[in-house]
Amino acid sequence: MAMSNPGNRVTQGQFSFLPELTDEQITAQIKYALDNGWAVNIEYTDDPHPRNTYWDMFGMPMFDLKDPAGILMEINDCRKTFPNMYIRVTAFDNTHGWEAPRMSYIVNRPPNEPGFKLQRTERDGRSMGYTITSYAADKPEGERA
Amino acid sequence: MSDTENATAEQNTEILPEGASVNLQEEFEQSQVQEVLDKLDRELVGLVPVKTRIKEIAALLLVDRLRRQFDLTSETPTLHMNFTGNPGTGKTTVALRMAEILHRLGYVREGHLVSVTRDDLVGQYIGHTAPKTKAVIKKAMGGVLFIDEAYYLYKPENERDYGGESIEILLQVMENNRDDLVVILAGYKDKMDRFFESNPGMRSRIAHHLDFPDYSSEELEAIAELMLSDLNYQLSADAKKALHDYIPLRMKLPHFANARSIRNALDRARLRQANRLFADRNKSLSKSDLTTLDAEDFLVSRVFVEGKLDGDPADGILNPVSMDKTD
Ligand SMILES: Nc1ncnc2c1ncn2[C@@H]1O[C@H](COP(=O)(O)OP(=O)(O)O)[C@@H](O)[C@H]1O
Ligand SMILES: [Mg+2]
Repeated sequence: MAMSNPGNRVTQGQFSFLPELTDEQITAQIKYALDNGWAVNIEYTDDPHPRNTYWDMFGMPMFDLKDPAGILMEINDCRKTFPNMYIRVTAFDNTHGWEAPRMSYIVNRPPNEPGFKLQRTERDGRSMGYTITSYAADKPEGERA
Repeated sequence: MSDTENATAEQNTEILPEGASVNLQEEFEQSQVQEVLDKLDRELVGLVPVKTRIKEIAALLLVDRLRRQFDLTSETPTLHMNFTGNPGTGKTTVALRMAEILHRLGYVREGHLVSVTRDDLVGQYIGHTAPKTKAVIKKAMGGVLFIDEAYYLYKPENERDYGGESIEILLQVMENNRDDLVVILAGYKDKMDRFFESNPGMRSRIAHHLDFPDYSSEELEAIAELMLSDLNYQLSADAKKALHDYIPLRMKLPHFANARSIRNALDRARLRQANRLFADRNKSLSKSDLTTLDAEDFLVSRVFVEGKLDGDPADGILNPVSMDKTD
C-alpha cells in the first residue's frame, strides 16, 4: 500500500486517482450535475473509513440552483471552517427509480492522511477475519483535527 | 440559452491587437438583443422613458464588451438597478426582460429571475437570517435577484430587527460577486429614496435608477386591449365605451394599481360573461359569443353602480364574482 499510494491518499468516489480538481474543474462538474437537475450537497467528515456513511452535511441542502457559483462559495466556506477534514460534493438524483447519489467526489483532504490500520483476527479452522480502522479516527470526536 | 451562445459572450474577452477593428452592428446582431427589445415593445404599452433607458443600457453594455476586447476595461461594470414606481406599472415584467438582455450580452450566465420580498430574506430568530439570505442569493446566482419593496429590509424603529443583517450580506455580494449576479431593487419611489438615505452603501452600489410613471387612462385602455387579445377575447363596441368610462372612475378609487387593476377588472368581466352565457345555456353559441365581452359585463361593477370597489373587504360582503380580488 505504501508504495502504490504514497502519502496514504484516500481514494474514494470519482476522480480520486487524478490530481486534486481545480476550482474551475469543480465548477464544471457542478454545472453538469445542475444541468441534469440533481441537487448538490456538501458533506464533511474526519473519518475517511470507506464504510462511513455518516458524513455531516455543510449548511442547508441546496435545491433549485441554476449556477455553480453559489455552491463553490459554500465549498470555500466549508474549506475555511474545516481545513483539516475530508470534504466531498455529492449530486443527488431524486427521479423515481434512481433516488440515489449520481456523483460524489472529494474536494478537500487533510494535509496529513495517516491511512488505515489492517487488523487480522484468526478464527477457527485457520480462517482469517480482516478489519480496517482509520488512524484518523483514533482520538475521540472533537479532539481529532 | 445554449452553451455556444454563452461561450461567444465570454470568449470575447480575448484581447485584440492595437490595429484591429470591431463591428458594432455585427456584435449587436450576434447578441440577439434586438429580439428582446422588440418583445418589450410588443408586450408593454407606453413606458417610453423606461424603454429608452433600457436601450441606452444595452448600448452601453455592448460598447463595454467591445472595449474589453481592446483591453480598455477589465472590471465587470456594476449592473445593479433600482426600479421605482407605483404597483402595476410594469417593474416586474421589465426586470424579466432585463435579465434576458443581460444574459444575451453575456453579463449573467443563465438569465433567470428570482423574485423575493423581505420574508424570503429575513429570518425569525438569531442565526436564521444569514442562511436564508444566502440560500436566496445562491438561487439567483447566474441571473437576476429582484427584491420587491426592498425598503422593508430596513426597519430603524426596531433596533433588533434582523433586516440589517440581510442588507449587510447583500451589500457584500453586490460588491464581490458582480460576475455572478445582478440585483434589482423595486418599490415606491418615495420609500426607496428614504431607504437609500439611510443606507448610503446600498445607494452607491446601484448603477441605474429607472422610474416607472403611472399610466394615463388612454394607455390603460390600450393595455386592456392588449391583454384581451392575448387571451383571445374582444370588446363589443358598447363594452369599449363602458371600459372607457370605467377606467377614470376606477383610477380615483383607493388601491388603484395601474395595469394590475385593469387585469383584475378584465378577469371579473370574463367571469360575468361566463355567468351570462351560462344563465342562457340552452342557446347555441358562436365563436364570437364566446370571445366577446359586452357592456353589461362591465356595467354591473360596483365602481359604476355605487362608486365603490367590487368586493371591497371594508364592507364585509364580498361580491361573489370577485372573491379574492380587492379591486
Ligand atoms: N405597459 C404595459 N403594457 C401591458 N401590460 C402591462 C404593462 N405594464 C404592466 N402590465 C401588466 O400588468 C401586470 C402587472 O405588472 P407588473 O410588471 O407585475 O407590475 P409591478 O411589478 O410594477 O407591480 C402584469 O400582468 C403586466 O403584464
Ligand atoms: Mg411587481
